[in-house]
Amino acid sequence: MQKLAVTSSPHLRAKASTRSIMLDVCIALIPAGVAGCYWFGLRAALLIALCVGTCVASEWLYQVITKQKVTVGDFSAVVTGLLLAYNLPANAPWWIAVIGSFLAIVLVKQIFGGLGCNFMNPTLAARAILFISWGTIMASYPVASGNFVADAATGATALATINGGSVGNVTILNQFIGNCGGVLGETCKAAILLGGIYLLLRGVISWHIPVSFIATAFICYLIKDGAEIALLQVLSGGMLLGAFFMATDYVTSPVTNAGKIIFGIGCGFFLFVIRAFASYPEGCSFAILFMNVVAPLIDKLCAPKAFGEVKKHG
Amino acid sequence: MADHKKNPMKVFMNGLITENPTFSLMLGMCPTLAITTAAMNGVGMGLATTAVLVCSNLFISLMRNIISDKIRIPAFIVIIASFVTIIDMCMKAYLPDLSASLGMYIPLIVVNCIIFARAEAFAFKNGPVASIADGLGMGLGFTWAITLLSAIRELFGNGTIFGVQIMPAAYQPMAIMTKVPGGFITLGLLLALVAAIRKAIAKHSAGKEAKA
Repeated sequence: MQKLAVTSSPHLRAKASTRSIMLDVCIALIPAGVAGCYWFGLRAALLIALCVGTCVASEWLYQVITKQKVTVGDFSAVVTGLLLAYNLPANAPWWIAVIGSFLAIVLVKQIFGGLGCNFMNPTLAARAILFISWGTIMASYPVASGNFVADAATGATALATINGGSVGNVTILNQFIGNCGGVLGETCKAAILLGGIYLLLRGVISWHIPVSFIATAFICYLIKDGAEIALLQVLSGGMLLGAFFMATDYVTSPVTNAGKIIFGIGCGFFLFVIRAFASYPEGCSFAILFMNVVAPLIDKLCAPKAFGEVKKHG
Repeated sequence: MADHKKNPMKVFMNGLITENPTFSLMLGMCPTLAITTAAMNGVGMGLATTAVLVCSNLFISLMRNIISDKIRIPAFIVIIASFVTIIDMCMKAYLPDLSASLGMYIPLIVVNCIIFARAEAFAFKNGPVASIADGLGMGLGFTWAITLLSAIRELFGNGTIFGVQIMPAAYQPMAIMTKVPGGFITLGLLLALVAAIRKAIAKHSAGKEAKA
């Protein structure tokens, strides 16, 4: 006869697990990947495969070598690999993808204790290292050509044009469908929004971070350059990809809703500051990384009161 | 620490390995992170610090009974600063290239925590022979630690060690390694490695004792 096991509440368990959440994120990332392959050709698909493969392989290797439980099956390494590939220019050499994936998984994630212990978003930290080390490769963006054909030409990104405060030849439609220069997965805003809405509907992410992030950046630019530029700024560079997929990383963002809004406002504000006043044209990744580091402080600030707790006087 | 006759060899090895200023005491982190961009810088900085440390330890130890406790810190500074000035001038005269690449960090040896810490913790309480051994051990311990750190940073950040090309010509240098974040990352990884080795040694010797 089976032993009767009595466990403490809660007895009702949600079906959500790391694996199911990460699978949802993977599904949400598919449209942006397909759009990237459409605009930048077969190379984009190869880069995505290489990044995902290296991420999974390095996570597996590290855990086998250090005799830990292998957690490759939770798909978190796949998400890291996908996002890293989306953060590379489509003409990046293969070794950039391999080194970046290795650094993201081993240096940023596993050395700090694996999933849930990393203090920075692995993808963004790896991107920052690649960007500082091989700036010329990381900042030469191929021009989108469409129809799954690769094009060797590189050109100025929309950000380089509109950061000066003038619209130039940048149009909202081209930015929206992805007919513009940029890294592999950030150009097609329609695909990113589609993925973001899927995540919101599935309840994987809440609206707080993306909305406060984008709204803050929009308002800052509204004050500085007016409505048209503000809208173009939102649709340029990596802001949407960052707001929906990277700022919302559970591990490196605050837990409470109030904290998430502060986090989003901080991301939007620092993105604006870096784009508008610093020497880099794009500030999305550095803004999110900076807020990653202060996320524990925000959590402390926004810790909910325990039931019955009385405000201390004097 | 009451015994006045410390074995100089033990004191020397203590600084070189057991209480290595970089990997155990974590002293002198400013030059450790700032100048370790090329292996030659590491050797130069390490040896300059060693020279100052040996001399200042010797003189502080000789004068430990004359210096009043209350004014010992200013007295240390005067002694250390004198030797740093001598070293700085010698390097400018005989090793101008190295002196130029280390720049401000040679005069800054005056405020290097390793030298102060050894003056306060060791030379002020021990005899001249032991103090020289301590200065040598700590100085060379610092030297090998920062040389290792700077060799790793130079290898990845520039493809060379001591200016000799190691990486294949196609290697594209990883620029972050010669910048400040590279220093923090490399130091962190080395500290983790040293901690792991220490743990393994402790486990090994504990196992031996259990058998015996």
